[in-house]
Amino acid sequence: MGKIFAIIISNLLINNYILFKFMGLCPFLGVSKQTKPAFSMGLAVIFVLLLSGVMTWAAYNYVLLPFRIDYMRTVVFILVIAASVQFIEMVILKMSPALYRALGIYLPLITTNCVVLGVTVINTEDFFVGGKAIAGSFGYSVLQVFCAGVGFLFVLMLMSGIRERLELADIPESMEGLPIAFIIASIMSLAFMGFVGMRI
Amino acid sequence: MVTSIIASITTLCGLGIFFGLVLAYAAKKFHVPVDPTIEKILAKLPGANCGSCGKAGCMGFAQALLAGELDLHSCSVAATENKKDIAAILGLSLEEKAKKVSCLHCCGGNHAKDKFLYDGIKDCLAASLVLGGQKECAYGCLTYGTCVKACPFGAIEMTGEGYPRIIESKCTACGICVNVCPKGLYTLIPFEQEKARIYVACTSNDAGRIVMSVCGVGCIACRRCEKACPHGAIAVVDNLARIDYEKCSGCLECAKVCPTKVIKVRGVQPLPSR
Repeated sequence: MGKIFAIIISNLLINNYILFKFMGLCPFLGVSKQTKPAFSMGLAVIFVLLLSGVMTWAAYNYVLLPFRIDYMRTVVFILVIAASVQFIEMVILKMSPALYRALGIYLPLITTNCVVLGVTVINTEDFFVGGKAIAGSFGYSVLQVFCAGVGFLFVLMLMSGIRERLELADIPESMEGLPIAFIIASIMSLAFMGFVGMRI
Repeated sequence: MVTSIIASITTLCGLGIFFGLVLAYAAKKFHVPVDPTIEKILAKLPGANCGSCGKAGCMGFAQALLAGELDLHSCSVAATENKKDIAAILGLSLEEKAKKVSCLHCCGGNHAKDKFLYDGIKDCLAASLVLGGQKECAYGCLTYGTCVKACPFGAIEMTGEGYPRIIESKCTACGICVNVCPKGLYTLIPFEQEKARIYVACTSNDAGRIVMSVCGVGCIACRRCEKACPHGAIAVVDNLARIDYEKCSGCLECAKVCPTKVIKVRGVQPLPSR
């Protein structure tokens, strides 16, 4: 129970993937101008993370470890993530055009993002010891990727809310757009550094 | 050593082949047919995804065209040649529409007096919420350049006179400025260079006495233009001169007699502020 709580808090706040580990900065700055697309992007990230979390755990546990080639995990993970997202995209396009319109353009964008690979690689470090899955490893992995996704969505919503208000602010011309967004991002990151002192 | 090389090569090849087969199967199984006409239409559209048609991009516009939701005139960017091609693809004929250009009906700017000191967000929409704006003239330009920011083609710029001007070579008459101006100062007027080059740079329905006291460069409804026009193309209605572009021949008699010089010739406008 304590471990589950620790995973949730750590992924949402303390080790937030955007503001502490600096992963997924491209969508963080690219899709945070308005709240609505930012929300869709966050949902797509959660979706892709869940999918790749499951797929890479299976690939690592059933393919890489038995053959003792776990040093190949980066290459194999990229292959697995790209292929499974591609597959799911086709399925969604066929099954639910409405969901495809909502997530469609974000799925391929997020596939190759480092946050997806990063979380799945960190999973293998956290929940495998000595080449063996620890008890409840799969459940922890899924929880970790889900919380990482929710943390991503959370920060993206914060950022897009701030940037929507920035649109109306009187900003010096040379600072408009990305420059002020980077400054805001660094101030938010500083604020999140405060969580590092938390002990759970 | 050799076994691990072989193991990694076979594993990766195996995974690659496995996913390749799965994706190939899925591509067949979950194939969604795309209408080939959409691709043909898309090839003729500008591909700028500017969104001035109101759709998310050229793909959305092509779909809307096919579904009959929008007509070709909604795209103000595509060249007439391409539009004719698209019309041929759709089996329609493109009726010619006179080229238009956007036009600002106010030249108050710095001449118009302030009613109070506005210290809020530098945006016309925000300013107009406070007692209808900071200018004494209830009809005039609020000078914060919301239209300048809204124009997707960079065809509007702020002048040193305090009101925006339109760069006609860039204007595509998309109508975004018409919708965004809280005072409704923009209209789309016929473009023809020789004919009808004039416009009335005022929207005030106030009596001439009030116009003179708040701004001094507006229409005072003196009716001199009405009398001077040999074609009967100008009429003063509700204290404001209005031009009938169907009748106007571009002789500029009205612009010569106007005492406040509010009937302006297009293309002769103040310089930008920077």
